[in-house]
Amino acid sequence: MRSSIPGSGTENAPAEAGDRKPVDVDVLPEGGEVAATGNPWAVVARTFAQNRLAMFGVGVVVVVTLFSFIGPLFHPTDQLNPNLLEVHLPPGGGHLLGTDSQGFDILGRLMEGGKSSIEVGLAVGIIATLIGLIYGAVSGFFGGAVDGVLMRVVDVGYAIPVVFLFIFMSQLVTPSLTLLIALLVAVSWLIPARLVRGETLSLRTREYVQAVQVMGGRSWRIILRHIVPNTIGTIMVTVTFQVANAILTLAVLQYLGFGLPPSTPTWGGMLSEGTTYLQDGYWWQVYPPLFIIVITVVAFNFIGDALQDAFDVRLQER
Amino acid sequence: MTGYIIRRLGEAIIVTLGVTMITFALLHLLPGNLAHDVLGPRASPQELAQFTQQNGLNRPIYVQYWLFLEKLLHGNLGYSYQYNRSVDSLLASELPRDLVLGGLSLIFALLIAIPVGVAQAVRRNGVLDYTSTGVSFLLYSMPQYAIALLLIQFLSISFHVLPAEAPQSSSALGMLAHPAGLVLPVASLTLVTFAQFSRYMRSSAIDTLAQDYIRTARAKGLSERLVLWRHLLRNSLVTVVTLVGLSIPLVITGTLIIEQVFNFPGAGLEYLQATLSNDYEVMLGITVLVGVVTVLGNLVADIGYAILDPRIRY
Repeated sequence: MRSSIPGSGTENAPAEAGDRKPVDVDVLPEGGEVAATGNPWAVVARTFAQNRLAMFGVGVVVVVTLFSFIGPLFHPTDQLNPNLLEVHLPPGGGHLLGTDSQGFDILGRLMEGGKSSIEVGLAVGIIATLIGLIYGAVSGFFGGAVDGVLMRVVDVGYAIPVVFLFIFMSQLVTPSLTLLIALLVAVSWLIPARLVRGETLSLRTREYVQAVQVMGGRSWRIILRHIVPNTIGTIMVTVTFQVANAILTLAVLQYLGFGLPPSTPTWGGMLSEGTTYLQDGYWWQVYPPLFIIVITVVAFNFIGDALQDAFDVRLQER
Repeated sequence: MTGYIIRRLGEAIIVTLGVTMITFALLHLLPGNLAHDVLGPRASPQELAQFTQQNGLNRPIYVQYWLFLEKLLHGNLGYSYQYNRSVDSLLASELPRDLVLGGLSLIFALLIAIPVGVAQAVRRNGVLDYTSTGVSFLLYSMPQYAIALLLIQFLSISFHVLPAEAPQSSSALGMLAHPAGLVLPVASLTLVTFAQFSRYMRSSAIDTLAQDYIRTARAKGLSERLVLWRHLLRNSLVTVVTLVGLSIPLVITGTLIIEQVFNFPGAGLEYLQATLSNDYEVMLGITVLVGVVTVLGNLVADIGYAILDPRIRY
């Protein structure tokens, strides 16, 4: 397909930058990439750590996670019983970020919403990627008719509009956290499946895979021991992007009214609830949830982008 | 090449069948009784039985699916009991309006994203690159409705520059006759699309810049401008084919949320209303249509790519 210089991406960068301007140290591959012979993880970790945006992303994720899970210990609020005496209070006084239409403290609700949003995001990202990983590896490894059938199933999944699927489902059953995770997984595993399958197609022609085959290694052993570990870069990148996507999709579903019931606060739910009062000028109900959604999703995207560079993987889906 | 196209066509047909099958099955799992929904709570048992009989609702699901498929092949997407019109005629009035929204946004997004993406690749790690990357990441990370609502907040509520509602005209031309109302929906969708396109253009242009022919062009002393126009831009345009192909379904689906925010009378909004009133054939018709269009879009992108890029051999 694409002609590439042997040794792939790492050599492209300096060739391109070095041609025209004085050698820019920042653009050069990190020295370690040439010298490192031992531990590839050290190279990945170093490339990753040198990416400022990625470090920012990691910082944000850590802070947001602490905020959501530890925060309620320092700022305990009642998020179960509406307090109709304190609705739509502006920030200040006892409520640092004001209250919403049910009298819930916004700051405390952001923490609660963070719990569910992060849980959904992580669960979906990890489960979907694992399923897609096995599916893609099997499809790519066996090839031929198996591959043909399995990949057509993925194509069908891609062609069914996600939002539409969710709307169907929410009519069938009342959404719960588990169900929502299952649904998001059902639409998310397609991307890793395609990516891993593509990688497996090239991995299965490698000498070490063929050697195991010649020695009589079982297919499952080859897939699990030799193919899957070699797709680790793709997997980590995909998980990160999937987390970001799941948090976003959750927010969109919440807006369309097909997400979790108000008894389970989510950032998306808070945002869509807040936007109904946009005209009234209750900005504190809109901007805090919007800000925390955007900064969390951006953070995961930064991390994913940096991992992509660090592992030097190419995701055509993005 | 012909073999490749034929194979892709075959795959597309299989996938389309799969889409209709799954959508059909899902909709049949929906709770509720069509006869009951259509005839209302006061219908007598005889009337219900007659309706069920007439519409074949008591036949096995695979027979119903077959009948549905047969109608579909004749271009009949079903019947809306809510409006007493065929889904075809509903869509015939909505799709042109969607085309205005989706088409305009697609054009604007391309017009902005191509130059920005190429410029980012050429001046990689420069100020423009960082700014555009930041902007597209930001847009990419916002729920679509939030982009739309922020535009409304600033341009409609704070400063009364533009209306927050789409024109409610019955025809596409009527929509265009009220450009002010179109600005915000089109702008929102453009921003959403731009975020994806510019990233895609950027990485494709970076790939192209690393190719041997660019180096050759420079080595033989071509001016930088010629290298950019003749070699880089022209080759990056192959990417545009992919982008357009992939965003054809966006003209219908991507607009669902934007349509909801601006009350834009299109297929997406129709779909949401259909789900609320259990207008089941409308849901089925629109979903199948979107599925088919998605498959077609991918087909167009793949074939276009194969035709335009002579290096790709299958």
